[in-house]
Amino acid sequence: MSATTAPQLPDGLVAIVKRDCATCVMVDPILADISASVGLAVYSQDDPTFPESMASVTDDTDLAVSWHHDIETVPTLIRVIDGAETERIVGWSREQWQAFTGMDSLGSELPEMRPGCGSLSVDPNLVDELTVRFTGSTLQSRRIELASLEDEFEAAFDRGWTDGLPVVPPTEARVLRMLEGTTRAADEIVCPIPPDLVDVTVEQIAVNAVMAGCKPEYFPVVLAAVEAACSNEFNMHGLLATTFWSGPVIVVNGPIAQRIGMNAEHNVFGQGNRANMTIGRALQLVVRNLGGGRPGEVDMSMQGSPGKLSFCFPEREHDSPFESLATERGLEPGTDAVTLFAGQGPSPIVDQISRTPESLTRSFAEVLKASNHTKLVIGIDAMLVVSPEHGRIFAEAGWDKARLRSELEKLLLLDSDGLIRGAGGIEEGVPESLAGTQLPKFRPGGLLIAYAGGDAGLFSSVITGWVGGEMGSDPVTKAITR
Amino acid sequence: MTTVLDPTARKTAASIEQVARPSSLDGLTVGLLDISKPRGDVFLSRLEERLTDHGATVARFKKPTFAKPAPVDLRHEIATSCDAVIEALAD
Repeated sequence: MSATTAPQLPDGLVAIVKRDCATCVMVDPILADISASVGLAVYSQDDPTFPESMASVTDDTDLAVSWHHDIETVPTLIRVIDGAETERIVGWSREQWQAFTGMDSLGSELPEMRPGCGSLSVDPNLVDELTVRFTGSTLQSRRIELASLEDEFEAAFDRGWTDGLPVVPPTEARVLRMLEGTTRAADEIVCPIPPDLVDVTVEQIAVNAVMAGCKPEYFPVVLAAVEAACSNEFNMHGLLATTFWSGPVIVVNGPIAQRIGMNAEHNVFGQGNRANMTIGRALQLVVRNLGGGRPGEVDMSMQGSPGKLSFCFPEREHDSPFESLATERGLEPGTDAVTLFAGQGPSPIVDQISRTPESLTRSFAEVLKASNHTKLVIGIDAMLVVSPEHGRIFAEAGWDKARLRSELEKLLLLDSDGLIRGAGGIEEGVPESLAGTQLPKFRPGGLLIAYAGGDAGLFSSVITGWVGGEMGSDPVTKAITR
Repeated sequence: MTTVLDPTARKTAASIEQVARPSSLDGLTVGLLDISKPRGDVFLSRLEERLTDHGATVARFKKPTFAKPAPVDLRHEIATSCDAVIEALAD
């Protein structure tokens, strides 16, 4: 199936009008003058008996001509030569209409100028229906007709399409609107989605983004997040299947975060912001519905985490003392990007007393040491998210992110004797063969540092990760393209 | 009536024919796949003892990480060198 094609306009002058427009009614008598003098084809959007001055009017009440020829204002006057439009004017301007028609005294009794009215083909109440009517047939997805007595929200639950919260019904109009958020073709294959590894298209991801509640302007972020999550390095399959609590955490960098209204400040990891809540949810619905990854099936997380509904936040870049995560990971400053991190929920670092970077870094290290277990090292990554009030202490002392990381690495080099199995009366720990040495808490590259949060609160947080690197998941940064 | 688009992927389930169950383990090679979870080796070593008692030859295999599917080469090696395989899947 393909989209409907644009109806051909006749050569000569063409006018598009509607009765429900005072300017169109005003020019009604002179349309007949033009027709008699130089020829004119008139299309009426709402009433084929209008304009009354014309002997013949073409019915465009289905708006096919108006929609395909991008009419935004009525009246519109178009010149067509050899089947192609060469110029157009909109509204009423006596001078313009006289020049356009070559009729020197045209409309001399009318006011000099009057703006036109909105075309019905761009009426907000009609535009979705028209988009479906004229382009909907290009969508490849299977149509599912819900019975008239079936509640559309309950129908999505019944069919197993939701994460436990209601989803927005993915109608053709909504999916077409979502697809306007990207320049990528609807039928482009994006990537195979684990665990089933089915190749999916931009359109299929758009269906799930609609269900998650995304706006079209979020869609490029969703696409980048899906591609990053489904890369071999990120290992979404393993992250889904693990008995761990973790899921994909999406950190957004670049001007797009502000442009689409994301929240990087108070309650940054929490509820209340549509973009934060729905972008991560869209990724999870893609994995569930297209990848086939459902809790209790391939998703074998023992306790899970509320973050597996959506865990997506932007870095607070406008006053950050640190270079952004995406810049640090190799992208040009100002690039829109997502970084995917396999993480659990945030856990707190409370330090309301430290006023020096040395003391505060020690506090960070103490909490980082405890992530997962004080006696387990190297295997599991973490992301430290520094708050503005803590960040200011580093900024005022002239510490950048590299300095903070290097000081943390020194503090997180631990004597293995205290970590081995049985030490401290705790059977858990590293194998005895590692006794008598020093071990880092995190593998090289296994500690990420970001900056986010509200203005007030001398707290930061640790997002504990999952198995890092080759053995599990590597963080993946990907530029967002429109 | 509302028409919605199917959010799921259309796929066809692969059908795999099961091999016939061996009537006896005597003289067979049984592969034991360790997925690299802590203490999985303890469980598999006990199985190895029991299988050897039943006259089976045991071949031990190990995934590089529990967090990823077994590499294709490893799966191929198991399939071509064993008559049966036991995988210790859980913690």
